[in-house]
Amino acid sequence: MLVSEKHGLTAEIESLAEKYGRTREALLPILQEIQMRHGYISEFAQQEIANFLDIHPVEVYGVVTFYAFLSRKPEGRYIVKLCQTIACDLADKEAIARAIERELNIKFGETTQDTKFTLQYINCMGMCDQGPAMLVNDDVYTHLTPHKAVEIIKSYK
Amino acid sequence: MIKDKLSRTPVSQQPLIVKKEEEGGIGSFVEVEINGRKIQVQMGTTILEACRQNNIHIPTLCYHEDLCLAGLCRICVVEIEGMRTLQAACTYPITNKLKIQTTSEKVRKARRHILDLLLSEHYGECYSCHRNGNCELQSLAKEYGVDGYKFGHITERRHTVDRSSYSVIRDMDKCVLCKRCVRTCIDLQEVGVLEATHRGYDTTISTFYDKPLADVICINCGQCINRCPTAALKANDPSDEIWVAIDNPKKHVVIQTAPSPRASIGEEFGLPPGHSMTKQLNTALRWIGFDKVFDTNFTADLTIMEEGTELLNRLKKKLVEGDNNIKLPQFTSCSPGWVKYIEHFYPDYLDYLSTCKSPQQMFGALIKTFYAQENNIAPEDIVTVALMPCSAKKFECNRPEMHSSGFKDVDYGLTTREMAQMIREAGINLPDLEGSGFDDPFGDASGAGLIFGATGGVMEAALRTVYEIVTGREVPFKNLEITPCRGFEGVRQASVKLEGTLPEWNFLEGVDLNFMIAHGTANAKKVMEALVRGELENIHFIEVMACPGGCIGGGGQPIPTSPEIRKKRAEAIYNEDRGLEVRKSHQNPHIKYIYEKFLIDGPCGHISHKLLHTHYVKRGKFIA
Ligand code: SF4
Ligand code: SF4
Ligand code: SF4
Ligand code: FES
Ligand code: FES
Repeated sequence: MLVSEKHGLTAEIESLAEKYGRTREALLPILQEIQMRHGYISEFAQQEIANFLDIHPVEVYGVVTFYAFLSRKPEGRYIVKLCQTIACDLADKEAIARAIERELNIKFGETTQDTKFTLQYINCMGMCDQGPAMLVNDDVYTHLTPHKAVEIIKSYK
Repeated sequence: MIKDKLSRTPVSQQPLIVKKEEEGGIGSFVEVEINGRKIQVQMGTTILEACRQNNIHIPTLCYHEDLCLAGLCRICVVEIEGMRTLQAACTYPITNKLKIQTTSEKVRKARRHILDLLLSEHYGECYSCHRNGNCELQSLAKEYGVDGYKFGHITERRHTVDRSSYSVIRDMDKCVLCKRCVRTCIDLQEVGVLEATHRGYDTTISTFYDKPLADVICINCGQCINRCPTAALKANDPSDEIWVAIDNPKKHVVIQTAPSPRASIGEEFGLPPGHSMTKQLNTALRWIGFDKVFDTNFTADLTIMEEGTELLNRLKKKLVEGDNNIKLPQFTSCSPGWVKYIEHFYPDYLDYLSTCKSPQQMFGALIKTFYAQENNIAPEDIVTVALMPCSAKKFECNRPEMHSSGFKDVDYGLTTREMAQMIREAGINLPDLEGSGFDDPFGDASGAGLIFGATGGVMEAALRTVYEIVTGREVPFKNLEITPCRGFEGVRQASVKLEGTLPEWNFLEGVDLNFMIAHGTANAKKVMEALVRGELENIHFIEVMACPGGCIGGGGQPIPTSPEIRKKRAEAIYNEDRGLEVRKSHQNPHIKYIYEKFLIDGPCGHISHKLLHTHYVKRGKFIA
């Protein structure tokens, strides 16, 4: 990360700390805003947040790794979230995953070179009777087949 | 004066503030029925406390007397009449009449079930485990008659063992996620290295970004080890290498023993806490094969001479010469955990630290110079071992600065637990041995050096000497027991008036020597924050020990630990001091000898600066 970027981020976190208060309770709202604006929360950002809230970096890391909606790496414009919970799993989410991975040439947890797509697993989103199910950003897709999934991905390219 | 920061303790666990003795308030009594027995308990007592007070056993795992309540493991569940679900005894406060069952079928089945689940994810076999025989999980399995793995048992490692640190080794495959280490590091020590991260099945106790422990801000205090119920945390044990040195006839292997291990090592051999084993330990060490057995208290006495002189020098420069670059209060520097803490968290305040090395490192430097010369032994053939109550000393002896003799001054730091293991391995039952003294040229030390082991001890030892240097009279406390230095309050403050000073010290006439004592780095933090706010202008000298209770509660001491155990160990030390002939550092004849023969330009002179003093590193808390 460039030094100037770091300073920018520090200033940004400081103003968020002013806005939400320099207490432990401010942690989630600050993380959410950083996530929204940057698409991820860097290692540096986590330490700076800890600094301003006078908590320990490892506590911030604990929260960031706990919530699926917070990420530690830059993400693509389209985030493909495939459900990995039991109903979708039994409906063969594995085949869907492999097909998408082949199409984008990346693995789950990774982002494409052009930062267009990120592949993630998520837990049950309540579409259990219509599995396998996935999200592309906020759009829901159900009753997937490998072929159908690849077509959906292509439509975002 | 020192304001407490907003506590991390959740509201539900903060002490209730209710007027005392009021009807139904804290302090009034309530009757409960436990297993059919009627028992009076104070309002607000937890079920666990009530049971313990009445000798009713409840198993626990995540509970620890030193830590805030967590209610995580549920092994302590009990049945309360009228409640649908079982309740955790460790967190349930009694506020009304309850009928409690601690051994009903439902309770026993639930506990067994929890245990079976824990064991299903627990990697490892007890016979190859260093906590074999002193493991809370193992004891629970025994208590509940576990005779198989109901839900299977993992046989493959999921984690790699983190051996990066000189002091603490982490084996997360043996972790039961009780978070005792997390609460220790965050609440008790306020260092904040460890936390539960990730989620569900992947939940692990980890450092920031799962970095190696050596790369984060760990101060090596080992307090997490002392409170871990299993073998997930342990100290970095050099005993194999020490055996090799002992078995090598070409090596001259000497050991120095710190004041605290002798007050606690008996516990490893089944004695109750509070038995001093000084003399027996010396014999055991000789039987094991150490060529010489020295007393670290000798260099504790030396530390008092050096650090006391340094303090008087600072006072003189500031008060007489008006030198404003001189930093006061002076902080003690004999606790390597505290030194690393201040290097990380207050790097701009390192000038306040005394430049004195810890007694361990002073000794190492003297053994490979003075002792080697006097006895005509080549320093490269000497192996110095330090028996310490401390895991941070392992890191300290590996600091690159610690080569003042031209060699690694102290080769190995060994903890009390590891020493006990070596003694067992040699087939010795410590309490059975005859006693023996320490070897010359350092001999037996003073009681002042001995009390270094307990919080407040360095201050007390320093006052016994400084007061006498300045006034020519003994410090005016009955029996030399400077009681304001004693006890276990987190931060203590007191003063001694200097009156009737000798001519050289006239500038100190009538001055109140103000001092503070803090133990546990959470308390050190309170002191540092007060310093940063500019509130400590009038304080002259501050003793800090990184571990709660001081060295007697060190990270290398026998497990378990509790306030009661630490109190007993401290008493053992104070009792031994009371019985000693020489109780002031400057009256130790061996100290006089070394200043005559070797450190000839006196305390804080050139030679001692080279061998006995050091400098510090501005580390900062940013984790790269
Ligand atoms: S940690 Fe305890 S239960 Fe686990 S292998 Fe070691 S002794 Fe056995
Ligand atoms: S050794 Fe001390 S600082 Fe390091 S992780 Fe353990 S408790 Fe925290
Ligand atoms: S490392 Fe030890 S103390 Fe920490 S959570 Fe695991 S078992 Fe508990
Ligand atoms: S299991 Fe996939 S949506 Fe519920
Ligand atoms: S000991 Fe009570 S919940 Fe762990």
